[in-house]
Amino acid sequence: MPAASLVFAFFASGLVLLATGHDALSSYRRLFDAAFLNHGALGDTLVSATPLAFTGLAAAAAFRMRLFNIGGEGQLYIGAIAAAAAGLYFGGSGGPSAFAIAAMVAAGCAGGAAWALIPGILRAFFRTNEIITSLMLNYVAGYLLTYLIFNSRSYFRQTTGFNASVFPTSKELPSSAIWPATTVHVHGGVALPLGAGFAVLAAVILWVLYKRTRFGFEATVLGDSPRAARYAGMRTRRKIVAVMAISGAIAGLGGASQDGDFRHTLDADPNGLQRQFYGYSGIVVAALARYNPLAVLPVAFLIGGLQNAGNALQGPDFPSGLVGVMQGIILFSALGGELLVRYRVRLSRKPRAGAAAAPEAT
Amino acid sequence: MRGITKQFPGVVANDRVDFEAAAGEVHALLGENGAGKSTLSNILTGLYRPDAGEIRLHGRQVEFHSPRDALEAGISMVHQHFRLVERFTVAENVALGDHGREGRSFRLRSRAIERRVADLAGRYGMAVDPRAHVWQLSVGEQQRVEILKALYRDARVLILDEPTAVLTPQEAEVLFGTLREMAADGRTIVFISHKLHEVKAVSDRVTVLRAARNVATVDAADATPRSLAELMVGRGLREGVRAEPREPGEVVLALEDVWADGDRGGAAVKGVTLQVRAGEIVAVAGVAGNGQRELAETIAGVRPATKGTVRVAGKAPRSGDPRAAIRAGVAYVPEDRLGTGLAPSVSIASNLALKSYREPPDSTGPLLRLRRIRDRALELINRYRIAAPGPQAPVRLLSGGNLQKVVLAREFSGKPKLLVAASPTRGLDVGAIESVHAYLNEAAGNGVGVLLLSEDLDEILTLANRIAVVYEGRIVGERPRAEANVEEIGLQMAGGEDPRRD
Repeated sequence: MPAASLVFAFFASGLVLLATGHDALSSYRRLFDAAFLNHGALGDTLVSATPLAFTGLAAAAAFRMRLFNIGGEGQLYIGAIAAAAAGLYFGGSGGPSAFAIAAMVAAGCAGGAAWALIPGILRAFFRTNEIITSLMLNYVAGYLLTYLIFNSRSYFRQTTGFNASVFPTSKELPSSAIWPATTVHVHGGVALPLGAGFAVLAAVILWVLYKRTRFGFEATVLGDSPRAARYAGMRTRRKIVAVMAISGAIAGLGGASQDGDFRHTLDADPNGLQRQFYGYSGIVVAALARYNPLAVLPVAFLIGGLQNAGNALQGPDFPSGLVGVMQGIILFSALGGELLVRYRVRLSRKPRAGAAAAPEAT
Repeated sequence: MRGITKQFPGVVANDRVDFEAAAGEVHALLGENGAGKSTLSNILTGLYRPDAGEIRLHGRQVEFHSPRDALEAGISMVHQHFRLVERFTVAENVALGDHGREGRSFRLRSRAIERRVADLAGRYGMAVDPRAHVWQLSVGEQQRVEILKALYRDARVLILDEPTAVLTPQEAEVLFGTLREMAADGRTIVFISHKLHEVKAVSDRVTVLRAARNVATVDAADATPRSLAELMVGRGLREGVRAEPREPGEVVLALEDVWADGDRGGAAVKGVTLQVRAGEIVAVAGVAGNGQRELAETIAGVRPATKGTVRVAGKAPRSGDPRAAIRAGVAYVPEDRLGTGLAPSVSIASNLALKSYREPPDSTGPLLRLRRIRDRALELINRYRIAAPGPQAPVRLLSGGNLQKVVLAREFSGKPKLLVAASPTRGLDVGAIESVHAYLNEAAGNGVGVLLLSEDLDEILTLANRIAVVYEGRIVGERPRAEANVEEIGLQMAGGEDPRRD
């Protein structure tokens, strides 16, 4: 079904391209090349796909239980802040240190989880709508991130050096806190970020958790019918809190990966990390993957490729809005496809009242 | 309706069914679950479109493209599963989607609507507070709202699906009077039921459906319950199970002055003291909404007791903790099978493991043993003859009778000391009712104490060894089966005096 939606989405965006006077096939060809085939394209796609995998997994973990954690964005920021603190504190010179990296992972998870616990606890004990609270906390997290570098002399801010006196910047992570990438020698060398490995690991753990454990069983029942869960003696409040914490921890790990894998500093620039909207795109990824953690990975890769290609190709000869339009159409057709699967659509002519019924062969 | 055929994937629900009802008559539609009654009425109300056949209303052929078309043509239905907005008040539900009278203005004229609803309710003897929210109402009260909805719209054709399932005999009598009155106004009443004596009592004619076909239309006056039952089931009936004399063992449930609050706040259970011994069936008779659900939930730990103690086999499990009650040996068959007793979209196998998953052998440590859970599901599906596509199918695909079998299979397999069953046969067909009754008897025979909460006096009289009557949260009478008589119990259920009290 998702495949059919994708085909439909490409077809529909093709119509948009034709209508705006572009050659659809050659645009797609260039898009595909830029995403996966060009020199260095795969590596860039992984850079886009890794955070989407984390936020996608975070959303899938919560949405499966019908806990609508829209706060992946904010949880990722807080994870990034906590991980940067750990990296700055524990890191030193020299090669990557397992200890520093482990500290960053733990801090990122803890930060994200703590941020998600706020809506989680409010929901479990006060029946607050988690959609609204988690969404609002995204803005709080965003402003907090900006504040740390631009409006305060925080631990994260670079205070010495010429550049720092001209424009506020954040401290570079020490070299041992930078996450190593494994280079695979295909296609001229593709760097596999350590974070991508963590994402795969998280997906597998989540899958096992939901399919094979008592915890997952309870979460599934609770997601389907809270009354049945209570009737069966499940601790529903604890479960809500735990699932929110897991979801937040994964998003927070995505933030840690941003620090360690890609940015090597706490990126507080309002036009940097905060412009990527990984948290929101993660919801799209999770929806396309139908909240299946294992499916999140390929979907994140695909959407990551699309974004990467969009960035690479943007220019006078390539329609800059194409990628955005396509993403929208993909989501739309995925959700539409879901609807078609659920209902049988029958096309019928309206017979005139009183018209003779067609003779029925029996 | 002529030659109505409707197919669903894999099932023919209606096979060339002819059905005809005249203005001013009460016409019963009789048939077992799955015979096609609901499908036929859903077609008549525009919810489904027939694959073949035609509908004529007042002599003219009509075609309904939506329920709204049918409503505008004057056809209303009181569904077995209510179509109510839980968060709305009674009056709001009644006015919902109505475009005449008060509904014509953009502004919601709550006062006027409430007054009319109260009028109608008063006229037909239905006690419902128009300002109460629907989620606060009992099943019986909710049904009254559905009936009021149709009356409010001044429906010409009113279809009632199992309307008496939640009423006492007295209330049913009142309802029958209402229906007769409505018929006398020239309305057509289609009365769906599988209670034979009711059908005979209220209707002018009876159409019997069996296996998707119309097998007969007969005059009620000429029919006997037995002849109808044979038409409906297609075979001779077995005699109903009689309450077996039993040797009760030790006390498995002791309620001492138990109080509990209802959803609306305020006490719903008011000082209930009651005992159930091992190996006996104790029935609590009462009209829906008199605290039975709250009482059952309190025993099952779903609802905390505000006062008093619940003792199960001598120990008092923590109040308001369902898990403690389960551990103490309480099995609970809730009134709401799908949604409380079962998680609808979860597989049959998982639903069968809903209470056992947390302990060996269904799990080891934090891990589930999926193969074992599936194997046991297969075994239970066979043993309880649950008609299911397979253990992994979502439970919501099953029919009412099979849903109840899933619940019973799970509850019995937990080796309970006490079984609390709330309206366990509500909405089931004759065959399924028989098997539920057989399972309850079997449980009692195996030394389980059974507390049966029911509104169905026939059921209570066939099963129970002792009968208590509940009215407004209090036990107003208790007697052994041998000393029970229907009129007296019915009177107490309706709030009449207990003659032996004074």
